[in-house]
Amino acid sequence: MATSERMILNIGPQHPSTHGVLRLVVELEGETVVKVTPHIGYLHRAIEKLCETKTYHQCIPLTDRLDYLAPLSNNLGYVLAVEKLLGLEVPRRAQYLRVLMAELTRISSHLIWLGTHAMDVGAISVFLYTFRERETTYDLFELAHGARMNVSYMRVGGLARDIPPEFTARLKAFMAEFTARMDEYETLLTKNRIWLNRTRGVGCLSGADAVALGVSGPNLRASGVDWDIRRAAPYSAYDEFDFRVAVGQNGDVYDRYLVRLTEMRESLKIVRQAFEGLPDGPVMVDDPKVAFPPKERLSEDMESLIHHFKLVSEGFSPPEGEVYSSIEAPKGELGFYVVSDGGPNPYRIKVRPPSFVNLQALPKMAEGRLIADLVAIVGSIDIVLGEVDR
Amino acid sequence: MLELVLIALVKSVVVLVALLLMVAYLTLMERVVIARIQVRVGPNRVGPFGLLQPIADGIKLLLKEDVIPAQADKYLYVLAPALSFGAAFATFAVIPFGDTVVLWGRRISLGIADVNVGLLYVFAISSLGVYGIVFGAWASNSKYPLLGGLRSAAQMVSYELCLVFSVVGVLMLSDSTSLADVVAGQAKVWYAVLQPVGFLVFLMASFAEVNRLPFDLPEAENELVGGFHTEYSSMKFAMFFLGEYGSMITTSAMITTLYLGGWRGPFFPPVVWFLIKVVAFLFFFIWVRGTLPRFRYDQLMKFGWKVLLPVSIANILVTGLVLAWTS
Repeated sequence: MATSERMILNIGPQHPSTHGVLRLVVELEGETVVKVTPHIGYLHRAIEKLCETKTYHQCIPLTDRLDYLAPLSNNLGYVLAVEKLLGLEVPRRAQYLRVLMAELTRISSHLIWLGTHAMDVGAISVFLYTFRERETTYDLFELAHGARMNVSYMRVGGLARDIPPEFTARLKAFMAEFTARMDEYETLLTKNRIWLNRTRGVGCLSGADAVALGVSGPNLRASGVDWDIRRAAPYSAYDEFDFRVAVGQNGDVYDRYLVRLTEMRESLKIVRQAFEGLPDGPVMVDDPKVAFPPKERLSEDMESLIHHFKLVSEGFSPPEGEVYSSIEAPKGELGFYVVSDGGPNPYRIKVRPPSFVNLQALPKMAEGRLIADLVAIVGSIDIVLGEVDR
Repeated sequence: MLELVLIALVKSVVVLVALLLMVAYLTLMERVVIARIQVRVGPNRVGPFGLLQPIADGIKLLLKEDVIPAQADKYLYVLAPALSFGAAFATFAVIPFGDTVVLWGRRISLGIADVNVGLLYVFAISSLGVYGIVFGAWASNSKYPLLGGLRSAAQMVSYELCLVFSVVGVLMLSDSTSLADVVAGQAKVWYAVLQPVGFLVFLMASFAEVNRLPFDLPEAENELVGGFHTEYSSMKFAMFFLGEYGSMITTSAMITTLYLGGWRGPFFPPVVWFLIKVVAFLFFFIWVRGTLPRFRYDQLMKFGWKVLLPVSIANILVTGLVLAWTS
């Protein structure tokens, strides 16, 4: 009599499709995945602990390195939490620019997801196409923030600086061509028979399961749950923008694909609205105890010099208390829980990373499917290990 | 007798060298074409227009450390790439790439051998190629290659069947298994026109036969890292690659011979026509790779057994009926 054995296959931490240093221990029966156990922690840098030794402003560059494909969203999530702690009202121009940047980040993050996901399924060209557009968004970031990837653009109380004049034309050019580029990706995939076969009905996650597992973001919406923090609990003037929240039905890989594609188009709409309705005014709150004084003033007046010195050497001290504030990051609900003991360093910072929580839905989606599906499913969850491990 | 042997020997050497050169430049062509499809530039640094790139690649691969895993079955591990390489090139022996020419008063047919069971020989040899992959996968004694090897065994067996069945239509029309006769039979009309269904089935099955996207499951680098050749390095790895690209060329040559009139064509000399057709198919192989996603294993098997095989059998039936009707 033939006997069958289960094979244990170790996928990762170095594997082309684990999107970083994820390690999956997979129990296989033939090519069928019986059990999958994600092992994480290969990219742990103790970011939350490090924050406790830094002033509130010094934490911002650390947040860049959480989800390094969407640094501006992380900046935004963090500064919103600290501003809530301080009770600060940010100028409207800064709020609009934050929305603009956050949505551009969403587009750029989704572009990378689309490219790598398509490549996992075997469509290699899409990857290069999406990287072409991502390059444009990074050029825009570079123009506005001076850095391409770890931008640290936002500050508690506003933004590091206003956008330069040449940003306008470049952004307009990007907005003009992006829809056509999206159509291009869609002609390669959306109605492609092989793509449909590979993604439809694969890795299904019901709405109830998604909620029970704490899944958020596009993954949750693909499962038919109409929930978006931008609309449910608007922050940074999101209630002034008109956009549609994409919702799927089946919660399979294909729906997650469609939801993200729609989100990119909607993000472009928000970017356009934010750009056209951009109010005039300062981009930093007028509170010398929190906001850095303009650099050129330091050599002119003593007051600014003192404030600058105090802010850099010691930082500011929010009142004692604790806040939780969350935003709709490209990958889901990104929350920051900040505890202050009244000192200049945060007493504790806890990040609620969407990728980490979404990843726990992987066994539910992948068990009982084939190994090729597992790869497609990991890609469709859109994880970033920098955020999973922190 | 000695003369015949000598002629055959010279032809073999010439064809082998030409094939190896073609394989080398096929890799360059693939890289450049894919780069153009993907809005990149492609290799352009080594030599003018990157023309020396294949040579640089070859030298690099030769100089790499040749690792044989400790747990591997050494003999099979070494034999596998040679098998895969040999099978890919041996097929070319029966493919006619031109009409006869007269050199130094002797009539020489362009084609190493005109065997009367040419087609059977082609399928026999190309079936051997799968052993290279399966042996390599098994001998590596590693999990990813094992999965790749299992996939390729199943895939090759099922698609070989479709390949053979789709060719039966051509045989019925040409009344011979000699490839020279098959080409002769297409003097008026290409078999691609008379056998459109068989042509399409053959075309699709040949993608599976040479492990190319969308049927490149035995390798599937996104799932199985490298599939059957995960553990291979240096020249052994290169042999697998030469084998794969070699079989791409032989498959294109087969399609040309069976369905597109072989070396026949106006104005240019036969060899040129043959090359044009082969290169056109190679381009098609590369183009498809740049466009389509990959099938899943079970879908591939389903497609082979439930779509291609019945269609090719129906094709035989219809061809038979039409032939009986007209004769």
